[in-house]
Amino acid sequence: MDGVHDLGGMHGFGPVEREENEPPFHGRWEAAVVAIMRGTRGAGLYNIDEFRHGIERMDPAHYLGSSYFEHWLDGIARVLAEKGVVDAGELEARTRLFRERPDAPLGAPAGAAGAPAGEAGAAAGRRPEAETSFRAPAAPPRFAIGAAVTTRPMHPPGHTRLPRYARGKRGVIDTHRGCHVFPDTHAHGLGEQPQHVYSVRFEGRELWGEAAEPNQKLYLDLWESYLLPA
Amino acid sequence: MGKNHPNVDDYVISRVRALESLLLEKGLLAPDAVDRVIRRYEASTGPMLGARAVARAWRDPAYKTRLLQDSPAALGDFGVSYDRLVVVENTPARHNVVVCTLCSCYPWDVMGLPPTWYKMPAYRSRAVSEPRKVLAEFGLNVPPEREIRVWDSSAELRYMVLPMAPTGAERLDEDALAAQVTREALIGVAEVRLRDGAR
Repeated sequence: MDGVHDLGGMHGFGPVEREENEPPFHGRWEAAVVAIMRGTRGAGLYNIDEFRHGIERMDPAHYLGSSYFEHWLDGIARVLAEKGVVDAGELEARTRLFRERPDAPLGAPAGAAGAPAGEAGAAAGRRPEAETSFRAPAAPPRFAIGAAVTTRPMHPPGHTRLPRYARGKRGVIDTHRGCHVFPDTHAHGLGEQPQHVYSVRFEGRELWGEAAEPNQKLYLDLWESYLLPA
Repeated sequence: MGKNHPNVDDYVISRVRALESLLLEKGLLAPDAVDRVIRRYEASTGPMLGARAVARAWRDPAYKTRLLQDSPAALGDFGVSYDRLVVVENTPARHNVVVCTLCSCYPWDVMGLPPTWYKMPAYRSRAVSEPRKVLAEFGLNVPPEREIRVWDSSAELRYMVLPMAPTGAERLDEDALAAQVTREALIGVAEVRLRDGAR
């Protein structure tokens, strides 16, 4: 998706602003968003690729004007609504309630007091990062180390991990990264369809032309179907 | 606040609370899940796993080789299972820097929480196209003779920079060295200099 999230190479954002000694979380709400993401992903309600694509479909102005964990909140709410887990209207109504009564209690969990039901209880402890994207390959790698490749000049409307700045560009296969779940299908309920992933090396001037800084190389991890022989 | 620090308003905080409460009611969130996240990241004791691995690599050439060539095994020495880390080494000839332009992917298990600037549009847009300029804003000057390698974390592989060992590293033990390694150095926007009085 050629969305606003695909920021590589864009102009206009100014200097990198840093907060000195920033806290891990700027409010309890950020930690809650992390917990919500882990719990809902851990319960298998959606996968990481669906999650990312949920964020990518945020309103562009909202995306640029909001913080990282607001992106997570928006993406998760979008995906949970699409999956029928938390209805958008239900979430809006509950949000209004907490705006009017910020000290209202969070509410009792289902099942035994203090214990979430069954699978959710186990899932709440499981961290999605522990799951692996590596899969057994179905076929040998198409490209050899050192092979010259060109990235596809593609503009898919759905989820992809080939950034715009690196499409239709020539690079060299630097390393083989193994076989991984393919996000472009996995984000859309079309299965894992694992592919070989390669670390592809680009010269700075190939990507940025005359504006490139000298002596720069850039590496992207790219799925096999993003690549064509040069 | 500037465009890199948008204000969080009541609506967002209320919406989080609302989602949290609905998920608790539906049994999809454990009641202590938020507290566990807070404890894990706010009460961190000691240096990050990545800092400890770097410190060990500086003191032990055999470990350094393992960290660069088989990071899952090397991290396993610290009792952590993490199958997707690629460690890239800084040398006098080459400087590495890591970004995720598409969303802010970062190895939380190895390097703790990412700093806010890493996740914002300014860094994500510029680290790939003008890395030297960005690094100069961090106070790190990389001359043109020194190659810059930018790693854009587009897949599930996560990247960590192995900075060059600071002058005097051999005088410190591993724990003291690890305490000197910042997440900025592991991202690649800083080198490691021993603080005065480090022992």
